[in-house]
Amino acid sequence: MSGGTSNFQSNSRVVNWIEHRLPVFSFLDSQLHQYPTPKNLNYFWNFGSLAGIVLVIMIVSGITLAMSYTPHTDLAFDSVERIMRDVNSGWLIRYIHMNGASIFFIVVYIHIFRGLYYGSYKAPREILWMIGIFILLAMMATAFMGYVLPWGQMSFWGATVITNLFSAIPLVGDWIVQLLWGGFVVGNPTLNRFFSLHYLLPFVIVGLVFLHLWALHMHHSNNPTGVEIKDEKKDTIPFHPYYTIKDMYGLGLMLIFFAFFIFFAPNYFGHPDNYIMADPLVTPPHIVPEWYFLPFYAILRAFTSDYWVYQIVSLGGWLMSAKLAGVIAMFASILVLLLLPWLDRSRVRSAKYRPLYRFFFWVFAIDCVILGWVGGLPPEGVLVTIGQWSTFWYFFHIIIIVPVVGILERPKPLPDSIAASVTSAPQAAE
Amino acid sequence: MSETASGSAEIDEQTRRDFLIWSTVAVGAVGTALAVWPFIDQMNPAADTLALASTEVDISQIEVGQSITVIWRGKPVFIRHRTPEEIKEAEAVDLADLPDPQTDDARVQKPEWLIMVGVCTHLGCIPLGQKSGDPKGDFGGWFCPCHGSHYDTSGRIRKGPAPNNLPVPGYEFTSDSTVLIG
Repeated sequence: MSGGTSNFQSNSRVVNWIEHRLPVFSFLDSQLHQYPTPKNLNYFWNFGSLAGIVLVIMIVSGITLAMSYTPHTDLAFDSVERIMRDVNSGWLIRYIHMNGASIFFIVVYIHIFRGLYYGSYKAPREILWMIGIFILLAMMATAFMGYVLPWGQMSFWGATVITNLFSAIPLVGDWIVQLLWGGFVVGNPTLNRFFSLHYLLPFVIVGLVFLHLWALHMHHSNNPTGVEIKDEKKDTIPFHPYYTIKDMYGLGLMLIFFAFFIFFAPNYFGHPDNYIMADPLVTPPHIVPEWYFLPFYAILRAFTSDYWVYQIVSLGGWLMSAKLAGVIAMFASILVLLLLPWLDRSRVRSAKYRPLYRFFFWVFAIDCVILGWVGGLPPEGVLVTIGQWSTFWYFFHIIIIVPVVGILERPKPLPDSIAASVTSAPQAAE
Repeated sequence: MSETASGSAEIDEQTRRDFLIWSTVAVGAVGTALAVWPFIDQMNPAADTLALASTEVDISQIEVGQSITVIWRGKPVFIRHRTPEEIKEAEAVDLADLPDPQTDDARVQKPEWLIMVGVCTHLGCIPLGQKSGDPKGDFGGWFCPCHGSHYDTSGRIRKGPAPNNLPVPGYEFTSDSTVLIG
């Protein structure tokens, strides 16, 4: 890894003995201690390490929950209630795990929007960004399957609706759905495999996080100016103790926020229907996914047969059904982010120096919030229209506005270096 | 390769080697695919799941205008004893008005008995309309509360996002009062 020129030295014979055989100490020293980090990072750069810590919290609480959970349709719901009532500290561990999922998405969404604002996805960090998208997809799959495990009404019907999405695929759709279910409905085989995969995927995420960090350490962190490190001595400070302490401070704040929900509003992010055991014969009147899926759910539902975007992409309904178009759009809304490093033509990274992009960035952020809001409400009346225009804007922003703004915009003058940006105003540096 | 080897021998040698490499890759790929298949196929419905494939139902107690829901393969099956008005309404519909055109005749064996899988063809919710107090949608049949699909008195889709009619399972009347589904 770059920046790996460690001048690590130790007087301990044990450390030196190990170091000679497996250079783990010099590795940690170069990557976590001396690791040169831009000196101007703001608090938005906390969210990467916060996400890593939440991942660890989720894995530890998840493994301990699995010790008392039974993945069987007859027993799952009761085993969760037993965790809540009888298992020592079971209520605490479950509330940590339940709310941890929401905290994880809050942290990761802020982390992603920070990357969008400061242009962290641009060369040479494209692969870093793409691995991040894959982490997001793995997180979504994990969260979806985890929500099925308590076997409440929302678990069951959420699983039914989402797995049925795959039936939209032409020819093999029904076969795929049956393969996912292991039967003719969401049932015991489904619950078993979801538990198996829910346990597996977090470790896949750990592997992806390792690759994410590896790619990060190749070219170091981006920073609020978006200007690359030019002089390691002037532009950077060692990661430890400067950023370990800054991350610790942010961690303290996040844990307070997290603890508030665990202890005072543990079911705030949940649905009361999930405290009713799954009943395959009764659909709850209003099925909604967890809040972190709502923008994508809104995109899925925007595609009705009279939606003008659908009429265009399906060549007047000839190419595909509205159901299939909605499914494709939902997956595309995430996958299109993989192309962002190439769609953005601007050579300036940070929105701080891109007034036009900054304006559209905030419009896009608001658009995502509107999508989330619409996704949580029944698709009726004017909400359908709002959802459809917001869906249009989501793709229009990424595919059209980002490239066009990158070409047309005249960015403000950049500071000469990171050091110059903190010691004097950018105009003076110019 | 020795320096004395002629050019044509070299080409010959490489072609033979290429053949070996490609045939090794091909055999390896087929072998891997064959080895992977059982790990995918284990996810398909198991033998005991498939064995629960038929259900016998006593329909003698269902009055005209009443419906019951039975379970077949884990899915709800709607059995409705239709009223003469409902039958007339279902038969009178112009096929051109239907998103998934099908005559009522093709969906029933005896017009008074409508038997179909009660799973919305949109995303798998259970439509309402089985109980007398349920909303029955704009066409007097069933209404799916999830995304607003309306089905008529023959279980055909009339309005909303669902693409198809409620499917009719295979069944036969084993006597005047019993029906075997599946």
